[in-house]
Amino acid sequence: MTDLTQNPASTPGQVPPRHGSLLTQGARTKRRNAAEKRFQLYGMIAIGIGLLMLVILVTTIVSRGLGAYQQTFVTLNVELLESKLDKNGNRDLDEIKKVSTFGYAPLVKTALADAVAGYGIDTSVPAKDMDDLLSKGAVAQLRDYVIENPDQIGQTVSFEFLASSRVDGYLKGRVSRESIANDKSISAEQLDLVDDLIEQGAIRKQFNLSFITGADASDQRPEAAGMGVSMVGSLFMMLVVLVLSLPIGVAASIYLEEFARKSWLTDVIEVNISNLAAVPSIVFGILGLAVFINYMHLPMSAPLVGGLVLTLMTLPTIIISTRASLKAVPPSIRDAALGVGASKMQAVFHHVLPLAAPGILTGTIIGLAQALGETAPLLLIGMVGFIASNAPDSIASGLLAPNSAMPAQIYEWAKRADPAFYERAWGGIIILLVFLVTMNTVAVILRRRFERRW
Amino acid sequence: MPVSWLILILAALTLGGYIAGRARARASVQGDVRRLHSLPSYYGYNVALFALVPALAVLALWLLAQPMLIDARVSGMIPDTLIPEGSNQSLVMSDVRRVADGLELAVSSGAMSADEVAALDADATDIRARLGEMGVALGSDVRPEVLEAAQAYRAMSSTGTLWMTGVVLVLALAGLAWSYSRTHSEFRARNVVERGVLTLLILAASIAILTTVGIVLSMLFETINFFSLHDWKDFFLGATWAPNFRGDSELSILPLLWGTLYISLIALIVAVPIGLFAAIYLSEYASKPVRAFAKPLLEILAGIPTIVYGLFALLTVGPLLVDIFGRGEEGLLGLNWMSGATSVLTAGVVMGIMLIPFVSSLSDDIINSVPQSMRDGSLGLGATKSETVRQVVMPAALPGIVGAILLAASRAIGETMIVVMGAGAIAKFSLNPLESMTTITTRIVSQLTGDTDFASPETLVAFALGLTLFVLTLGLNILALYIVRKYREQYE
Repeated sequence: MTDLTQNPASTPGQVPPRHGSLLTQGARTKRRNAAEKRFQLYGMIAIGIGLLMLVILVTTIVSRGLGAYQQTFVTLNVELLESKLDKNGNRDLDEIKKVSTFGYAPLVKTALADAVAGYGIDTSVPAKDMDDLLSKGAVAQLRDYVIENPDQIGQTVSFEFLASSRVDGYLKGRVSRESIANDKSISAEQLDLVDDLIEQGAIRKQFNLSFITGADASDQRPEAAGMGVSMVGSLFMMLVVLVLSLPIGVAASIYLEEFARKSWLTDVIEVNISNLAAVPSIVFGILGLAVFINYMHLPMSAPLVGGLVLTLMTLPTIIISTRASLKAVPPSIRDAALGVGASKMQAVFHHVLPLAAPGILTGTIIGLAQALGETAPLLLIGMVGFIASNAPDSIASGLLAPNSAMPAQIYEWAKRADPAFYERAWGGIIILLVFLVTMNTVAVILRRRFERRW
Repeated sequence: MPVSWLILILAALTLGGYIAGRARARASVQGDVRRLHSLPSYYGYNVALFALVPALAVLALWLLAQPMLIDARVSGMIPDTLIPEGSNQSLVMSDVRRVADGLELAVSSGAMSADEVAALDADATDIRARLGEMGVALGSDVRPEVLEAAQAYRAMSSTGTLWMTGVVLVLALAGLAWSYSRTHSEFRARNVVERGVLTLLILAASIAILTTVGIVLSMLFETINFFSLHDWKDFFLGATWAPNFRGDSELSILPLLWGTLYISLIALIVAVPIGLFAAIYLSEYASKPVRAFAKPLLEILAGIPTIVYGLFALLTVGPLLVDIFGRGEEGLLGLNWMSGATSVLTAGVVMGIMLIPFVSSLSDDIINSVPQSMRDGSLGLGATKSETVRQVVMPAALPGIVGAILLAASRAIGETMIVVMGAGAIAKFSLNPLESMTTITTRIVSQLTGDTDFASPETLVAFALGLTLFVLTLGLNILALYIVRKYREQYE
């Protein structure tokens, strides 16, 4: 038994013969057991680090991004003065439309000053600077309302205006009196006014649906920026990817798995597919730029082009998973079909394919989820750098009109100078991840429910 | 007629063909389908296939070829002497296209009549202003020869489209008629259809080849263009990356390559030990529940889009590193080594986190494929579990693990978003990981976004960079796959 601990390579004389009982550990055994413990610990630490990173990542995203779902609003009663909005008083829509946002600005200013006076707040902020508290889009919001409801002119209507991003940041703790020392957009006195208005209930935070449904906004108005339009862009891209990559991918896999005889052509195809799966995504972007935009003159920034590029990227993933699920269908199914007189094509399309369908679907969803989060190729085909402000009004314009996509929109916000956009970017990531988690969960459920083990 | 209408008509013809073909087959045997060679639906498919496939193929080819042919014809109309100083053929051509598109838009929106457009005279009318009213912005005033070329371009593309519509419709109808006429009880519809379907399957499979060819060709042509404008010696052997859009840039790949490799190295230094130990623990030590819990959680890291990691690098890791290593007295260590959030370390660490699950799941597979008998033998000789792992399992799995690391390296080299957001934009040779450096992928993005001019070496260099990147990652992948496959064979 003492030989157990001896190193067979060393000569017997070097290791002192073991004395004592098996129940007490010698120094060497202790050392080896300690090494064993250490080794196991390294493994645990490694897994711990990995999981810790996941936790840090998720908590960062959630803690920084949830703010985007709350927005600060200012409630104001605005008197829609007839003398300013409709001088002739005949409620002619064309005439009302002639009043630009400049005409509306005094109304908002007056309303704010009146509100402050009405609450009995004593402030050193002059009335003309009070509208710094409001988003620059507030006036446009007012104008849109009046154009839609011209009969309200002359009345006093209660509005909820978006607060400016500085005020919003102040309520969320992003902006403080120290951080605005060099800020021209807002002053400490204005923040005092905000404090008073919060006390009166005129300024408060509430759920911000327009972040989920709304459009992107310009550099000046981070408080108004939303994900909605880029979500539609992503949706159209995914539609293109699904419509193209599923049939092509399944057809290619059926050929390679069921019909192809071993030849140089099939070898070339197989090598190609496994390599394409590992080509950096940016290379697909270059391909898209060179072929779809420079050569075919498809429009820049169009979801159609994005979808085509992502299709080429997703195809290898779908082909690989489809082949795996075709392979999992036992040959006895094919043999039985052939045995009762089906042709090979019928055996595949009537029997093998339906049995492999859950696996194919799972692979497709996972491929789509990958494509949904892909950013790099979209940068090259121009899906960043402009403001996706209009939701498409038809399928054709959804495919061909310039739009953004969710990850591209997030990147766009991350690039902008105003830190208020960072919160939007994190908030956008939450939406993106909700989509990805949903898709992957559906894929897992599909696999659990329908996949047959043979 | 717009293409979408053409496609709708084709779809209608196909559906009609299916119904007609099936009905004719049934009629040919007076409803007794047992006397048909194939099931009635096959006769329908046969007609539908012949109506749709050739027409659709011609349509696709035509759409691809027409712009190229017209470009070649029209650019022949512009003599070299008329190309202004500092411009070139392709710039003039893009002007021509834009004017042609603008005129087309003017006609379709009803702002000008077709005759009015045909009678346009560049000297008499301010075309730039008129098109500007319709939202078509032109960079410079329209010169007579450009207008002439644009008119020719418009004429050719409208005749081309007309011809295309005609040819496609005739082809669809001819296919329909021919296959319909062949439909009778003796006709072997199933065999024909199945052969057709098989051809389509093969075509679908060759898209993989087409994509690769497309990637290589698109980058190769532009790369050749680039090297005709720029000295290849500077690209491969120069030491400076200093693009200058006024010309005379120094465009060397070496500083970019250095940044790329440095960041990838840091990423691997983070990912390989963690990933490897995680894989060893999961495959050798972990109990079933732990494995079932930890493995999917780790793999979530691999499913997170890279834009998320990029944002994490830019807004969380970068500022954190600045707090530790920078900001002088205010920093945690009181050092002033780091000035901005973007650095090699920022990008490298975040990329390492992204690669952990990649390394761990590949290594896990490979460790699992080491035969149990080797472990049993080692344990039977009295080795502890860790000794077995270190001295038996690891050496046996080493080639596979090297392959996995190579795959991870190829991922790191081709990764874009993390380095675009986390690594910075300064190309230089430096060993300091706290400085910002730039990579091949970052430069591709910055040279190809925004206003690009496909005739300047500063834009075209992106294609040369892309091709280099493609070759580099392809080489690594092929090597890695070769090693992994060789290794698998050893134990199967």
